[in-house]
Amino acid sequence: MARTVVELSKVSKRYGAVVALDALDLAVYEGELLSLLGPSGCGKTTTLNVVAGFAAPDAGRVVIDGDDVTGEPAWRRGLGVVFQSYALFPHMSVADNIAFGLRERGVGKSEIAERVREALALVRLHGVAAQRPHELSGGMQQRVALARALVIRPRVLLLDEPLAALDRKLREEMRAELRDIQRTVGITTVFVTHDQHEALGLSDRVAVMNAGRIEQLGPPREVYGRPATRFVADFIGASSVLEGRALDRETVELDGGVRLRVALHEATAPGRVVRLLVRPERVELGGGGVNTLTARVASVMYLGDHCEVRLELAGGHRMLATLRGSTALSRDESVTVRVAPDAFLDVS
Amino acid sequence: MIGALLARGTLVALLAFMTLPTVVVVVASFNPTAILSFPPAGLSLRWYVNALTYPQFQRAAVNSLLVTVASAVLAVPFGTAAAFALIRYPLRARGTWTALLLSPLVIPGVAAGLGFLILAAKVGLLTSRWVLIVAHVALVLPFVVRSVAVSVANLDPALERAAASLGARPRRVFVRVTLPLLRPGLLAGLLFAVIVSVNEFVVSLFISTRVTEILPVAMFTYVVNYTDPTMAALSTLFIVATVLAVVLADRLLDLSRVFQIGEHR
Repeated sequence: MARTVVELSKVSKRYGAVVALDALDLAVYEGELLSLLGPSGCGKTTTLNVVAGFAAPDAGRVVIDGDDVTGEPAWRRGLGVVFQSYALFPHMSVADNIAFGLRERGVGKSEIAERVREALALVRLHGVAAQRPHELSGGMQQRVALARALVIRPRVLLLDEPLAALDRKLREEMRAELRDIQRTVGITTVFVTHDQHEALGLSDRVAVMNAGRIEQLGPPREVYGRPATRFVADFIGASSVLEGRALDRETVELDGGVRLRVALHEATAPGRVVRLLVRPERVELGGGGVNTLTARVASVMYLGDHCEVRLELAGGHRMLATLRGSTALSRDESVTVRVAPDAFLDVS
Repeated sequence: MIGALLARGTLVALLAFMTLPTVVVVVASFNPTAILSFPPAGLSLRWYVNALTYPQFQRAAVNSLLVTVASAVLAVPFGTAAAFALIRYPLRARGTWTALLLSPLVIPGVAAGLGFLILAAKVGLLTSRWVLIVAHVALVLPFVVRSVAVSVANLDPALERAAASLGARPRRVFVRVTLPLLRPGLLAGLLFAVIVSVNEFVVSLFISTRVTEILPVAMFTYVVNYTDPTMAALSTLFIVATVLAVVLADRLLDLSRVFQIGEHR
């Protein structure tokens, strides 16, 4: 595996009675983009603040590039930070904002001018160097903030919900561009977000956080396709959870008598209560073969490129299905659906 | 139509009522006769000459200048520190602290003046200008705290974090980011401090001597002893100075302009 650039070991942080971080371990590898994903209050921003040096951990160590920086103030850490509010200095021009970190480092005038130009070109901003931040659009301010953070050639780039303040279309554009820039520069990046699409779409690895701990850490496909805990399953992607009783290793019977053929990873003791997670896109319309189920259509929501269909199985179990294109289904209609055995994940 | 006329009439009447005493003073100051009378019998600047050459007024003006400058110089940094403490730090009973810091506004001047008098006598500073300076600091602090606190509350802490992450040590962050962004609040606080201090009378009356008395006290003493329009002339100068200060400050404090005229280096 690649070299570890940021390493947190057993980091704890409390705010009064609230445990923000609970003995957190995390390693970020060189050049990767790692997302910290979770609901508000899960500790993702605290993690970022501890790495940046804005918050001191109560216990544990922070190591960056092999240096123990646990006791170092933020200004000595040499990290680039982009804030949700951008935090551009309103009393300075765009060029002076970007030059700020270079001036603090005592870089020469001509080199500053050159590097500011390069940074502006990197984030594709032209002709705004003399303007004030408030004269720019949100997307442009975002680029200035990124240029300001990158121009000091930081060891690590920290992004705190950088896209949250943009409207949807711009957010999607910036998401792609952010990834391009990050790849171009090749900088190790920690990205804090509560938006699963951002995390899945941008990251090399995603750390799903809850209550000050990492619930699961892995590539987006793994986190989505193989959630390690019930929390991860619930938080990432829509899904349905069916509760039933294992008959043997390959069969689960739901309350109400529906029998499902499953392919669970772990051996399941007969009689044990299991919770099965199904992603809506794994539910197929039409019967035939194993796990053909009859269901009543509880509701249909047309969403343009797909439909979201809520199904009710015998015994009152609810299951969500997404179907491509528009369907002719209507409420209370009876349909047959099929779910492949390997689509069921055990999240008990 | 009638409603609009009535509204305008009311405003004009109120404005006239509020400014009438001022107008009377200004008009009376040009009266050539030695009696404070209205309407004046003619036009003359002799009382302006008298006001500006009267030795006790000159001494009091110097006292006013010293006391006001000293109290503003002390109150602005201390008030700023207090504003930071109130807004930025997790305080228990923040409301109580705020109320206490702003309390000089609700304490009667007579009570405060008497208190300062007793304290000054106790520490033997009764004849010193320092008593006046200390009292003025206490009187102007609430105004400074209030104006600076508004600016501190509007200051996004992320700005200071951003500066730190870019390599600025705390002192540099303060000079290059915090201070420039607090400018509107600091200027407003300074302006309030100066206006309150220059116009302060009740408390100062208790703790002034003939040597240390500030201009409003000297004016009061004069009007007790003499009835000529010198006082009116001096008052007019006072009014003009205050109006100028306010107009000047209003231009400086216009928030949309502060950022554009603000030079940061």
